Amino acid sequence: MYIYDDIDQRLVQERVAQFRDQTRRFLAGALGEDEFRPLRLQNGLYIQRFAPMLRIAIPYGLLSSRQLRKLAHIVRTFDRGYGHFSTRQNLQLNWPRLQDVPDILAELAEVQMHAIQTSGNCVRNITTDHFAGVARDEIVDSFVWCELIRQWSTFHPEFAYLPRKFKIAVNGAQADRAATFLHDIGVHALRNDAGETCFRVIVGGGMGRTPIIGHAIREFLPWRHLLTYLDAILRVYNRYGRRDNKYKARIKILVKQLGPEEFARHVEAEWSHHADGPATLMEEEVRRIEARFTRPAHPALAAFDAGYEAKRATEPAFAAWVKRNIHPHKVTGYVAVTLSLKKTGVPPGDATAGQMDAVADLAERYSFGELRVSHEQNLILADVAQRDLHALWREARELGLATPNIGLLTNIIACPGGDFCSLANAKSIPVAEAIQQRFDDLDYQHDIGELDLNISGCMNSCGHHHVGHIGILGVDKNGEEWYQITIGGNQGLTRTGLTPPGLTSAGSAAAVGKVIGPSFARADVPEVIERLIGAYLVKRESEVERFVDCVGRIGIEPFKEAVYGSLDQKRTHRERQLAAA
Amino acid sequence: MAALIRNGRIENDSWRLLSADIEVRLLDVSAHPDLIVPLVLWQRRREELLGRGGRLGLRLGPDDGLEIIANDVAHFVVIAVDFPSFTDGRGYSTARLLRERHGFKGELRAIGDVLRDQLLYLQRCGFDSFTLRDDQDPVAALDAFKELAVRYQGDALDPRPLFRRRLAAGVA
Ligand code: SF4
Repeated sequence: MYIYDDIDQRLVQERVAQFRDQTRRFLAGALGEDEFRPLRLQNGLYIQRFAPMLRIAIPYGLLSSRQLRKLAHIVRTFDRGYGHFSTRQNLQLNWPRLQDVPDILAELAEVQMHAIQTSGNCVRNITTDHFAGVARDEIVDSFVWCELIRQWSTFHPEFAYLPRKFKIAVNGAQADRAATFLHDIGVHALRNDAGETCFRVIVGGGMGRTPIIGHAIREFLPWRHLLTYLDAILRVYNRYGRRDNKYKARIKILVKQLGPEEFARHVEAEWSHHADGPATLMEEEVRRIEARFTRPAHPALAAFDAGYEAKRATEPAFAAWVKRNIHPHKVTGYVAVTLSLKKTGVPPGDATAGQMDAVADLAERYSFGELRVSHEQNLILADVAQRDLHALWREARELGLATPNIGLLTNIIACPGGDFCSLANAKSIPVAEAIQQRFDDLDYQHDIGELDLNISGCMNSCGHHHVGHIGILGVDKNGEEWYQITIGGNQGLTRTGLTPPGLTSAGSAAAVGKVIGPSFARADVPEVIERLIGAYLVKRESEVERFVDCVGRIGIEPFKEAVYGSLDQKRTHRERQLAAA
Repeated sequence: MAALIRNGRIENDSWRLLSADIEVRLLDVSAHPDLIVPLVLWQRRREELLGRGGRLGLRLGPDDGLEIIANDVAHFVVIAVDFPSFTDGRGYSTARLLRERHGFKGELRAIGDVLRDQLLYLQRCGFDSFTLRDDQDPVAALDAFKELAVRYQGDALDPRPLFRRRLAAGVA
């Protein structure tokens, strides 16, 4: 956990006072709606379908139990008792009152939190691998670099009114668990031959209306230059990014227009003026930030715990959970545990105040008082002793947080969609629920194996549908809600041990899904998924070949056939009936 | 009449801003010694403007390439950077480039859709004068400069980021 110093604390307090005054002026009519909009957005406040939506920053997804308790208190006091963990590792409140927001921000500041730059056309919350610091395949701990970037981006005076929002992700492991090829900037923290930390810089990836896989424009950038290089990229974007059309304003469009090589030349030319300038990082600063992170001091444990092994051998439900929800840890005797927020019937990513308090408790008793939010919208206890797993599992089960579905079909990523979001074309939550119900049989899910199913309620892609192995997108057809389905998307090399050294953009494995054909009514979606899965089970070479690998090998045609072959007939039949009626 | 904030005070404005009409008759120098002219006028009538006597300022739009006037900045007492909309952030980069790369030491003025709640970042990017949009209250706007004292990054006022200032001050 990064612990604020006096200056960090003063900054969030100054922000609360500033926003309190801005809100007061707005409510008094002295500040117009148009003038207030970007100010409230830069404090995470949207005006939504039913009420404002407030997005609270959880920098790089890391939380302390004390902070989570505060969040529980806030959703209980100022909202309807639950919150939504988003794919940006943030927490969203759906029903706060505008006039309460300054007080909410003040409460957050008490626990070193804020909502700064969680929205608006500025540099947003930095995201990273949810297993940073504990993963066995880690090359560089990304947290320190994330915090350095967080401070650099906070109130950066030059980049508060960019052409469009700007998202940065950092990954420091062999597997890419931060979808770095799908961000405005993706940063890979690596080591050079001499063992020094350096970065690969990827630009111009993104989802939305025009999904694009990013391009690596710089390899082996020495760590000292990280911030000056970011300054250079942002300046080129701020000056030359399009501002005439909001759908063409993201950096990916500029990179595409210029071509990655030409864009890189612009950046290098700009950077030549910044290189070795005052914003160049210093050893002292990196060490100072490192020292402000509390790290769990793991008591030594044996690799083998007889009690744990016995429970696993005799309790199949526990074994199933261990198989799916546990990730290996670099310290012997410990594991990282994912608490699933994907129970059937609960909107993906939602947690109640009671669950938040209880998880804070679990984190204190089992994981050194810290936890993480993953971009897959789950909560993670990253430092659990193997011998505590059974006890933790029993408690998590009581709380409805032990669904053993991590990496499986029902671990659905979904945006809030039409139930909450005013931009939506269609609802996402009922679709997720219908699919979860259809695939409720866990044995069947395990048999299907690893599968990312992602749902967005509109082209803004908050539910990352483009990179779902199966993606579902809400579309509007003459005022009705329809769903377009893509297959073959991939957020990147998420599995350890697969990454070739010297990875290039071409070998990133990140891919945008392909549309299988005309869209469907909501009621048909579970059936379509069932048919896709059916086709996969018939076509796969072995159980090792995942759905997405199978699509990669045989293409989308066999899947199209499986879906439309008979569904088309059904539809024509129904249309004939309607026509006859 | 839009108010001018300069050097942290409300001041009277002696400058006349000319439009982009390149045929415009230059105002009589004795009545209007201080003229701010758009980039095109400067490019087309440079000698005439320099020979006019009086003081000269340049007006830059967000699209105007800075590189072409890089060697001219010493001719201008004022450079006015236009914000067609306060959400168009290009002028922030323009200001930093003028100050930090092209060494402009004169008055750097934000004009156009200039509002109280952007003043602080504008100042940090190098602006030291601000022609506020008509509806803005200049007295209330002065408070904006005091709002956020903590600055992690270096800026046009002090190029050192916080970590260098901290080291220089000997605070761990
Ligand atoms: S994808 Fe669209 S519907 Fe879903 S949360 Fe984002 S903007 Fe709203």
